[in-house]
Amino acid sequence: MCLIFYFSAQSTIPTDLSKLGEENILVEKIDGRPLYMDAQATTPIDPRVLDAMLPYMLSQYGNAHSRTHAYGWESEKAVEKAREQIANLIKCDPREIIFTSGATECNNIAVKGVARFYSEKKKHVITTQTEHKCVLDSCRALEGEGFEITYLPVSNTGLINASDIEKTISSNTSLVSVMMVNNEIGVKQPIHEIGELCKSKGVFFHTDAAQAVGKIPIDVNEMKIDLMSISGHKIYGPKGIGALYVRRRPRVKIHPIQSGGGQERGIRSGTVPTHLVVGLGEACEIAKNEMKYDHEWMEKLSNRLLNKIMNRIPHVVRNGDSNHSYPGCINLSFAYVEGESLLMALKDVALSSGSACTSASLEPSYVLRAIGTDEDLAHSSIRFGFGRFTTIEEVDYTVDRVIKQVERLRSMSPLWEMVQEGIDLKSIQWSQH
Amino acid sequence: MTVEKELILKLYKSLLREGNKFSSYNFRMYALRRIRSRFKEEKIVKDPVKVELCYKEGLKNLDIIKRQVIINDLYKPEKLVLENRK
Repeated sequence: MCLIFYFSAQSTIPTDLSKLGEENILVEKIDGRPLYMDAQATTPIDPRVLDAMLPYMLSQYGNAHSRTHAYGWESEKAVEKAREQIANLIKCDPREIIFTSGATECNNIAVKGVARFYSEKKKHVITTQTEHKCVLDSCRALEGEGFEITYLPVSNTGLINASDIEKTISSNTSLVSVMMVNNEIGVKQPIHEIGELCKSKGVFFHTDAAQAVGKIPIDVNEMKIDLMSISGHKIYGPKGIGALYVRRRPRVKIHPIQSGGGQERGIRSGTVPTHLVVGLGEACEIAKNEMKYDHEWMEKLSNRLLNKIMNRIPHVVRNGDSNHSYPGCINLSFAYVEGESLLMALKDVALSSGSACTSASLEPSYVLRAIGTDEDLAHSSIRFGFGRFTTIEEVDYTVDRVIKQVERLRSMSPLWEMVQEGIDLKSIQWSQH
Repeated sequence: MTVEKELILKLYKSLLREGNKFSSYNFRMYALRRIRSRFKEEKIVKDPVKVELCYKEGLKNLDIIKRQVIINDLYKPEKLVLENRK
């Protein structure tokens, strides 16, 4: 109720728009392309990656599975080199890498594939409430097939408690799936601890590392990971390519989803797209070499943004654990400002209120709901995503624009006025007219 | 064989000059920032074998930048709001 009232108050449109000048979002024109601050949705292809890919889009077009001629051999060589580059980044054997179309397919193969393969003996899967939609939906599909799924709640900082997983594991459990870095709030889960736990209980452990690979150090053996999803376009590689790490010793068996020519050890049939694979491999090698520098840059940018915003506007809440998080993803709630209105007003900066998959809906994010964010704060969240190519000037520009628009929207808000007068909004009895 | 100081300096200047040609604001700024920081990082390297390896990597990157500057220019992006403001 309060939100409806609030929203209608903000969207009152005066009849003469021209008098409002540049202050009004409806007449404000943006001169040029918006700044890109949505690195969790996707990242631009690094020029070094494109440079590696181009020969395979021009002259080296052979099918990597053709064994009878040089075109096939050179493509196969390139695919195997990429496999090694990925394996080097996550410290595994190249033979443990399966190429797919992206992290969504990886998550589908891992969750459904493992659960189905071991379904005769075990029919229980554990995951968390803050997973990506593709893991949650894969689990829903399994529920329809008669599997039992546990969706574990997270703490109010977004972290999962390993002991909660321990209590839930039974002799019927085949798989635990917990994402490494959350795509909406940037929280880093205690993967090491969960991996140890799963190993000791004899349960397979899958982690969706689409937002983590190439950004934080990963060692699949040290972290006791059995399956891991990797995405190309989150690490300055091309879209449409991903890789699934599948442990060989002890062997993880998977019931394949796609039938066909038996490529990628029969787990993912279909011709491997050489140019995309080469791009993913190159992106991984660059990420490995640049990880330290990139991470320091992310810290610098996020500290700058946080300090400036927190110092200049009151009632801003950071969603998610600030100690256990990836600095390139900052999720802030601006109290008494409606998130969608803020995004509309910030046309010159490409931002999002949460994941790109759900950005079309006006519903607040289920991740924020899972961490117990109040309904009104969940409606006022904005995610700032930095990347390798983000500059300090861009952060400063964004901060200035955000502050200006938050102040403007608050000045129009009757709720903000009441807060200024010292009225506790929670004590108000809203009546419907 | 060690790489002469003049050659390294020449490479540094060429990298900056070529990196500055990127049409894309973000690629241009990244190239300039990373070239400068990378040379600063490698300044402490004294081992001639390692210096040569770094030098070769720099030459390889110079070629990549030259090619990518052309491609970036062929599909020139519209300027960012930030560039137009100045």
